[in-house]
Amino acid sequence: MSMPFYVSPEQMMKDRADFARKGIARGRSVIAVQYADGVLFVSENPSQALHKVSEIYDRIAFAAVGRYNEFENLRIAGVRLADMRGYAYDRRDVTGRGLANAYAQTLGTIFSSGGEKPYEVEIFVAEIGDAATGDQLYRLTYDGQVADEHGYAVMGGAADVVAGYLKEHYAEGSDLTSALRLAVAALGHSEAGDRVVPHDDLEVAVLDRTRMQPRKFKRIRGQQLTDLLGPRGPEQPGAPLTDDGATAAPAAGSATDDPADPTDTVSGSVAPLEDPVSGEPLPPVTGGAPQQGTEPAVGPSTPPPAPPA
Amino acid sequence: MSALQGGGANPFVGLPASFMTPGTSSFRDFLETHQPDLLPGSRATGLTGAGDLAPHGTTIVAATFEGGVVMAGDRRATMGNIIAQRDIEKVFPADEFSCVGIAGTAGLAVEMVRLFQTELEHYEKIEGSTLSMDGKANRLAALIRGNLGLAMQGLAVVPLFAGFDLDAGIGRIFSYDVTGGRYEETAFHSVGSGSLFARGSLKKLYREDLDAERTVQAVVEALYDAADDDSATGGPDVTRRIFPVVQVITADGGRRMADEEVATIADRVIDGRMRRPDGPAAELEGPRR
Repeated sequence: MSMPFYVSPEQMMKDRADFARKGIARGRSVIAVQYADGVLFVSENPSQALHKVSEIYDRIAFAAVGRYNEFENLRIAGVRLADMRGYAYDRRDVTGRGLANAYAQTLGTIFSSGGEKPYEVEIFVAEIGDAATGDQLYRLTYDGQVADEHGYAVMGGAADVVAGYLKEHYAEGSDLTSALRLAVAALGHSEAGDRVVPHDDLEVAVLDRTRMQPRKFKRIRGQQLTDLLGPRGPEQPGAPLTDDGATAAPAAGSATDDPADPTDTVSGSVAPLEDPVSGEPLPPVTGGAPQQGTEPAVGPSTPPPAPPA
Repeated sequence: MSALQGGGANPFVGLPASFMTPGTSSFRDFLETHQPDLLPGSRATGLTGAGDLAPHGTTIVAATFEGGVVMAGDRRATMGNIIAQRDIEKVFPADEFSCVGIAGTAGLAVEMVRLFQTELEHYEKIEGSTLSMDGKANRLAALIRGNLGLAMQGLAVVPLFAGFDLDAGIGRIFSYDVTGGRYEETAFHSVGSGSLFARGSLKKLYREDLDAERTVQAVVEALYDAADDDSATGGPDVTRRIFPVVQVITADGGRRMADEEVATIADRVIDGRMRRPDGPAAELEGPRR
């Protein structure tokens, strides 16, 4: 009989966190910006059908990055929870805070339970009030932590770079047009330079308190999106995967960005566009598809990777 | 999902396992597995004669016009020979492009409408697209079918469903029976205790070339005729200014007609009845003498 390797709890949690963080960092960013009439979501998503931003209830929206099947599962659970509660009690009794708590408990349980792999997702739950002071924006991470965000928030691949851009340029109480232009510019911003994110790759939605209907969630697309964006330069799609890592500032040593390796410390400055179904990076345009679907097994039966030197 | 099982008892702490189970996009089917006690049909007791215990809603009328459909309901709820409520609302929007009016046991009817509204919205959010008009009509049939046990106890709910079919570009009307039978109606239809009189009235008043406002006037006339001959249907209440609830649905979506608009039309109808209490006269064929 073989003895299982001993894994210290600290190491196990760290491995799981690294694994989840790495999965999340593969996708492109999602931005949430509070503006005068509500909350705006902008994301770079080449799929028109598989959404990263969705409606949960009258005044509540959901945005996620990471693995599609996992956050879709959470989204459906959230819709069920909200509709159940609204049906059993009243529409006003469905709150963003309640939903964020439910997600936090669920993600936390999955993260700390030994048997399951942690969810590779990060989530925004936003709720708008009758005035801008009543707006709420929660960020939930893969381990069930909840943070109350103000003004703007970014999650996903190049979150730090994008958040840096927003920090410099964000102004409170701006209108939809300027908030949208700011968010789209931030999405196109990277250390290597700015680019114009193509119109068709943008997924934009708002929770707009000025809407007459009780359901305040609305997608902005097509001509309306073009009008709001105004004149822009020539569109530049995201860098293909082959460039990935080339512009990254390498960490000390000769570490490389390997998506299959949860322990490496380097990731490309521009995350590749991911496959919307699997959440995996799209293969480069030239050359064969690299095999990246294999996830490293996690759990007590796996020996801990050697700590980085 | 084993780690989530413990959360099953309290839906407000974590998300219970059944919430995370992939499967149905129907809210009713989800309730059936997760919390069946919230479904109206699960409360059938097998006893009979419960019909006199609760208020009944009465007459609903719907009619199509070029580019849309209108539905109107009177405001009376009765309990035996008592008027239980004189300003009840029995016509509700089901979603943006459809509405539902319900005759029968009022409490169950309102619950059924809430379930149906949630059902449509739930599907739309989960699937990212709306149900087709026929899909909606069939879902409502399924909800009514689930209520058969209660209907046998005397607590029947009979809806009338109308909406604008975006694919076909026309207004459509569906009627139901207590067993969940679904029947598409052409031009106009009515359900409830005064429906016979309302339908007879509409037969003589309805024309396909009426615009939205004239169609509303025709259904208000029909409700007046229903109230004229059926004690359970309420006529326009001129002293309290209580008039029918009217939903108008076109390609732009549905809206509840403002009370003042309905009041203007109802006043016009009442004026006409002051002169001719039986309402507008239809033409007879053949030469006039």
